[in-house]
Amino acid sequence: MTTAGESFPLTRLSLLAAARSQDASERARALDILFAAYWKPVYKYIRLKFSQSPQDAQDLTQGFFAELLERELLSRFNPAKSRLRTYLRLCADSFALNEMKAASRQKRGGEFAHVALDFSAAEDELCAQAIDPASLASPESLEDLFEKEWIRSLFSSSIEELRGLCEARGKQKAFQLFEAYDLCGEADMSYAQLAASFSLSLTEVNNQLAWARREFRRITLGRLHVLCGSEEEFSREAKALFGVSTQ
Amino acid sequence: MTFLSDKALERLRSHQAPDLSGTRYTLGELIARGGMGAVYAAEDKKLARRVALKVLDTPDGNGELTCRLMREARILAQLEHPGIVPVHDVGALPDGRVFYTMKFVEGLRLDKYIVHLDSLPQRLRLFLRVCDAVAFAHARGVLHRDLKPANIMVGSFGEVLVMDWGLAKILREHGPSLDDTVVISSQEAGSENDSTQSTLITGYGTVMGTPGYMSPEQARGETEKIDVRSDIFALGAVLNFVAVGDAQRKSPVLPRPLLAICGKATADNPSARYASVSELAADVSLHMDGLPVSAYAENVLERFGRLYKRHQIAILLITAYLIMRAVVLLLFRR
Repeated sequence: MTTAGESFPLTRLSLLAAARSQDASERARALDILFAAYWKPVYKYIRLKFSQSPQDAQDLTQGFFAELLERELLSRFNPAKSRLRTYLRLCADSFALNEMKAASRQKRGGEFAHVALDFSAAEDELCAQAIDPASLASPESLEDLFEKEWIRSLFSSSIEELRGLCEARGKQKAFQLFEAYDLCGEADMSYAQLAASFSLSLTEVNNQLAWARREFRRITLGRLHVLCGSEEEFSREAKALFGVSTQ
Repeated sequence: MTFLSDKALERLRSHQAPDLSGTRYTLGELIARGGMGAVYAAEDKKLARRVALKVLDTPDGNGELTCRLMREARILAQLEHPGIVPVHDVGALPDGRVFYTMKFVEGLRLDKYIVHLDSLPQRLRLFLRVCDAVAFAHARGVLHRDLKPANIMVGSFGEVLVMDWGLAKILREHGPSLDDTVVISSQEAGSENDSTQSTLITGYGTVMGTPGYMSPEQARGETEKIDVRSDIFALGAVLNFVAVGDAQRKSPVLPRPLLAICGKATADNPSARYASVSELAADVSLHMDGLPVSAYAENVLERFGRLYKRHQIAILLITAYLIMRAVVLLLFRR
């Protein structure tokens, strides 16, 4: 499996088209992208919605992606009816409910080998987020959680790609500024403070941050494009994510 | 992998948005994004009113984009007309990006609004109001150079405003020179770059405009040949768009004089076009009044048809009267 930080195969071929491809390598790559983007949101969602123990949530997450392959659920997705994200969340819902009802969660496999997912990191993130279970009582708030986790997963992998890009181009300073201001910065931090702490001029801070943000946005929109089921969905998602129109 | 806090997520989602701290404005939603910047809704805290705020995407120092934005603001400030969106203020953000604020127009772009206008006279009346604004700008020595339906707003009370003067060209100066040093007050924002030297933003070979609405000389980058007739070409294309209306719903057969007006306005050769926007508007008005237009030489049948349409009731009454007279005469003869 491709971890989200590895080079992302940007392609105009949509994820769905690739997942349905006859070419096994293309199909495998599409599924890698899907897992990288969705495994954490699915894990956290199952863990919180169904109050599952970490071990059970891990099994259900692995099982869900196995089922996605075995039953070729992606081929049933209709982009005209819903977003891919909503479809996957509903599939995860349905799968988890069935599994729990049957209470016979057998290890799934077939051609899908269990993949090494960093569940402990996901668990640490859940602890760090200090989510109040009472706030997750309504279905809407669980949907929101899934949405937010999906965005977190998308942004995290984009940031890792941006980090790699900065290193490859010798622009580590741009990434450090981006990290200091946009990822970890205090709300009231000014560009002047940033310039002083990095011993740069204000103009350099402006330019470096502008470049890093532009690249982050480009990378994220590229990833989003691949992860969407249709151009219309991409357009809606891009607008919801960054308030931009892709028309 | 970096764990992103909720705060970081929000910042990443909005970090393209301008930081308006230190200004009199509170940021609202994104309205539109263009080639060099974006337009946001904003709240003027001092005057408690909604404004539209146009800002560059990235800090540009003393660069071309800054000059273009400031120039656009100063051009708008010179053009006080009900059909041209008024500018309120200019300034700079803490990160050095320049911005200006203008009237917040609630309404639809003409390319979206056109479906709400069913009749041709309604659409032509709207076009004439666009002509009024452009004619005013021309009288002030300003060419728009990017006239198209997407740059025309129709407000909720039917007001028509010509927007986006970012590609405007000054033919002659009225009042203070727009090419003087443009001083942007950014003291309160703490920017280091507080002034920009405006430069000529168009040169030979530079192509700026929108295909389909751009005159041939503009498309070829022959900037020295661009004059009011280039805007007239664009207005001709807008007239064609307006006359056709909602092409997806129906494909109307346009009257020949109107087609001729569009054809004359969009002639490849600038000297074959109308010499001024007023001439173009006059021809459209004449057509609406059922009078002959300068762009079209009608034959006898067409002339009769036009006269019939214009005086239909009188002609029908006279015809009815004559028929009655003839019938009465016939009856008396028997």
